[in-house]
Amino acid sequence: MANVLEAQNISVQFGGLLAVNNVTFDIPKKSIVSLIGPNGAGKTTFFNVLTGLYKPSAGKIVYGGKEITDLPPHKIAEIGIARTFQNIRLFGLMTAQENLLVAMHSHLKAGITATILRTPKQRKEEREAEAKAQEILDFAGVGKWTHEFARNLSYGDQRRLEVARALALNPKVLLLDEPTAGMNAQESQVFIDFINKLVAERDIAVMLIEHDMKVVMAVSQRITVLDQGEKIAEGSPAEIKSNPRVIEAYLGKPKAARK
Amino acid sequence: MAKASVANNVTRSNRKWIIGYSITGFILFITYQFLIPWEGLPLGIYDAVYRWMPPTAINESLVYVIMALGLNIVVGYAGLLDLGYVAFWAIGGYTAGWFMSEFFYFLNINFFGSVPAEAPGIHINFWMVLIIGGFICALFGVLIGAPTLRLKSDYLALVTLGFGEIIPQVFFNGENFFGFNISNGTKGIVGVDSIPVGVKDLGPFDFGWKLLIFLLLAAVMVFVSLRLRKGRLGRAWLAIREDELAASMMGVPLMRTKLAAYAVGAFAGGLGGVAFATHVNGVYAERFNFTISIFLLAMVVLGGMGNVWGVILGAFILSWVNGNGLSAFGQLYNEQFGTEVDFASFTFLLFGLVLILMMLFKREGLLPESRLKLMLHEGELDDEDASASKKKVGK
Repeated sequence: MANVLEAQNISVQFGGLLAVNNVTFDIPKKSIVSLIGPNGAGKTTFFNVLTGLYKPSAGKIVYGGKEITDLPPHKIAEIGIARTFQNIRLFGLMTAQENLLVAMHSHLKAGITATILRTPKQRKEEREAEAKAQEILDFAGVGKWTHEFARNLSYGDQRRLEVARALALNPKVLLLDEPTAGMNAQESQVFIDFINKLVAERDIAVMLIEHDMKVVMAVSQRITVLDQGEKIAEGSPAEIKSNPRVIEAYLGKPKAARK
Repeated sequence: MAKASVANNVTRSNRKWIIGYSITGFILFITYQFLIPWEGLPLGIYDAVYRWMPPTAINESLVYVIMALGLNIVVGYAGLLDLGYVAFWAIGGYTAGWFMSEFFYFLNINFFGSVPAEAPGIHINFWMVLIIGGFICALFGVLIGAPTLRLKSDYLALVTLGFGEIIPQVFFNGENFFGFNISNGTKGIVGVDSIPVGVKDLGPFDFGWKLLIFLLLAAVMVFVSLRLRKGRLGRAWLAIREDELAASMMGVPLMRTKLAAYAVGAFAGGLGGVAFATHVNGVYAERFNFTISIFLLAMVVLGGMGNVWGVILGAFILSWVNGNGLSAFGQLYNEQFGTEVDFASFTFLLFGLVLILMMLFKREGLLPESRLKLMLHEGELDDEDASASKKKVGK
């Protein structure tokens, strides 16, 4: 299977701290892959590298056959890598619809004069964008909140809206940073179904950072484990479950093994 | 349905304001153009108007309205603190000085100007100078913005403060700018061309007609503000104001979007500068000082950042207090109580007090932005939208 995104030998250094050390990570087309690891393992840092927020100190990122390591964040978003945030970062005082329209910014064309004069072309573009936004909102299950301010939505709906906003970028790769944090088992299940539906219906690959192992095991085709910035394991859920290094990283060494 | 209507108020355009604005403007115009000069007017009313709101004061207020609306785009919409806005006022003013007076007496250029063709100097038509001034300011906005907008909040404010000092100083000492006289220095450029409006030319004392022109310019700024706010660019500004990082992650180019805010804001500064030059019939370097920047910022904050109507109200109140209101009140007070308190000297004390009180008790401003207001009054239907939806059902 072809990869839509390849991160090759990525290292990130903050001063003396090596936050990510020589990590290689591929995202195959239309796949769901997960990145797990204990707190401080460098997962979110790795996400920030993929989305252009941090520049890696070594390594390169290839997207759709082109190197994108040096592109600014908005360009990376424009060409199709969208993300959500660990702590929700919606535009709270904008409506759900406006949140999505902001994400469509790079795909819309109206300039200052066209907006001031409200040319037929600009009006058509706005109408189409609004229709598309509504479609995505419906798809994400927050269609009834089109004109509600994002900050007024419930926690679960805000999470869904954030995914909808990322989808409005029309991405090929969707990076979700702890999407089920704070959800109960039932809400998580709804979310799992949603991710599966997303990948099934759209040409999109999903990469998750997740702490909820139930979600990770249920949804991932491949899991990568980071510990202290290094990749310590990669494989199917079953393989990861029984990998001794992973168990060690999460639970510490068993007593018998200590000397 | 109800939900949609509430939010329509936020996201849809509402052109009703044009009617209200036109009526208010028309009444003001009639009052100052015909009623005040009318001989049959009781002397008491005439005196009161000249004491509390003389024609010069209302025109000056309108110039402040134009400027404040421009600053509102930078500060209120895009959330970029700009403490040097006076620079654009100065550049706009000198554009008028250069292209609408005898300043360049050794040249003889006349392009639809309002003076005889043989008059020395550059004389370009006022309406064109307005646009030229706007574009020159927008250009300077981009030039100043390009290196500074990479900075965040406080640092940006400090650098804009610097530019707001530098540019007026350049004009202040502009008698010898690398060998050229660009501003006449402290003497200023005295006398700018009148405003041609087809049937007649408006000189410095045609207050009523100039009131109408300034009202028109302010209306253009309101229109532009409202339109931009609802479009692609306005949404991007708002998103940057809310969360810069998230905005860039959603494909909004930060630099370009911020520069656009700077350019549009500066354009308004240019309009205001040209308008002010015709209002005071000249360009005087000492008028463009730091307090103006603060003053304009205070208008935006007092009125309600991001809401054009709030900003207009703020601009009117502050420029009135500063120009006429406080001294007129002082005069009244002194007459009543036989004292000799110089009220005008307390202007900035009063402003400081008002700003402190506002920050303590009404942080969002007198007329807060509709977003904030809507949050406080959710569920109330906007009349127009309610009737509009009824109509649709009826059809």
